[in-house]
Amino acid sequence: MIPGGFEYHRPDSLAAAVGVLREYGDDARVLAGGHSLIPMMKLRMADVEHLIDVQDIAEMKGICAEGDKIAIGAMTSQHELIDSPEIARVVPILSEAALQIADPQVRYCGTIGGNVANGDPGNDMPGVMQCLDATFLLHGPDGPREVAARDFYEAAYTTARDDEEILTAIRISAHAPGYAYEKQKRKIGDYATAAAAVLIEKRDGLVANASIAMTNLSDVPVWSEAAGADLFGTDCGPEAVAAAVDTMLGDIDPTEDNRGPVEFKQHVAGIILRRAIARAWSRA
Amino acid sequence: MSETTSQMNIKLTVNGEAHEVTCEPRALLIHVLREDLNLTGPHIGCETSHCGACTVDLNGKSVKSCTLFAAQADGAEITTIEGIANPDGMHVLQEMFREHHGLQCGYCTPGMITRAYRLLEENPAPTEEEVRFGMSGNLCRCTGYQNIVKAVLAASDQMAAQKEAAE
Repeated sequence: MIPGGFEYHRPDSLAAAVGVLREYGDDARVLAGGHSLIPMMKLRMADVEHLIDVQDIAEMKGICAEGDKIAIGAMTSQHELIDSPEIARVVPILSEAALQIADPQVRYCGTIGGNVANGDPGNDMPGVMQCLDATFLLHGPDGPREVAARDFYEAAYTTARDDEEILTAIRISAHAPGYAYEKQKRKIGDYATAAAAVLIEKRDGLVANASIAMTNLSDVPVWSEAAGADLFGTDCGPEAVAAAVDTMLGDIDPTEDNRGPVEFKQHVAGIILRRAIARAWSRA
Repeated sequence: MSETTSQMNIKLTVNGEAHEVTCEPRALLIHVLREDLNLTGPHIGCETSHCGACTVDLNGKSVKSCTLFAAQADGAEITTIEGIANPDGMHVLQEMFREHHGLQCGYCTPGMITRAYRLLEENPAPTEEEVRFGMSGNLCRCTGYQNIVKAVLAASDQMAAQKEAAE
């Protein structure tokens, strides 16, 4: 499988990369780790005339933690997330999620920026980012702007990013000690049949704050404010968990595919969410 | 779809040797290694970044060379299975794969050993579970993995013993 021909660009600055995007618009695509885009190009399902490899752009690299805030360069690989002591200290849910993405070789290449910017409903990080209330930093011809992860996803592969913009970094605040990312997949390397990101803050034995999002159960990640509210003020007992699961199952909208029919996905989603809530609560 | 025929020059250091290659931007690294540099150790298996038969070591990372343009590797240091062996004989991993029957047809073996090499560089004393997790990007359709895991664990023990003897 050999992709169609294209021009290869390897700019060494953000301004130069945005310049290429401005010049070629729709015909240009940014290449991060390439493990979503290159397979699509090989299948000739993605037609790219100008490929912009951003590996040399220093502004898109590195992890910078300051107190309870962390900024993660878009070109940070899943492997680097897993390896990073700062990530483990401030946002350990990212390491837990990254460990469940693909396989070791893919994690050395695949980046957090590509994962969140691609808009593939099967990608794990968009749901995690919504759960965390992360902020995406986008750079375009008019400079940088910020978009909340919860406002970023419009439909499958359609996001708030303009054609001339590049997602350069992600900003996150430290999360509560109660966290979990739970994923059901058919085999290593598969996307989720269902996955759940859960954050719980516990105070005086009760849930003081809860945030719940799920992956690959709609054409966008599903962050359910109401499902989190079902846990608020409770001791995370069976009734509260059942209510939260019911609410989330009403908010997801899975479609039948080779991972199973809708009824099965609803079933798996319920089990995965229960497990994620239980693990997050046990750590809270 | 444009079928541009523009060519580019890239520099690769493969198994310690510097190479300059002229290729199209769409050339995949596996094709350049096999067809331009005649390094046919890395195999083309699934071509969809699942099987790991094309695994090579690139700047200290295990990568699937079917899912990387050669252009992305411009300036990189690459080790293929051909570069794993020592000048005076097989690498311990290769010896242990032979001793523990870590292969049958051998198609996945170059990728398995190249991946195991990086795994042991990062984690010289892995548990069985860590070996299975660390090797999960490589598929084998013959062995059922049992002997591959044994071989990697045995190589880890041997390398530790060699290191101790050297100190």
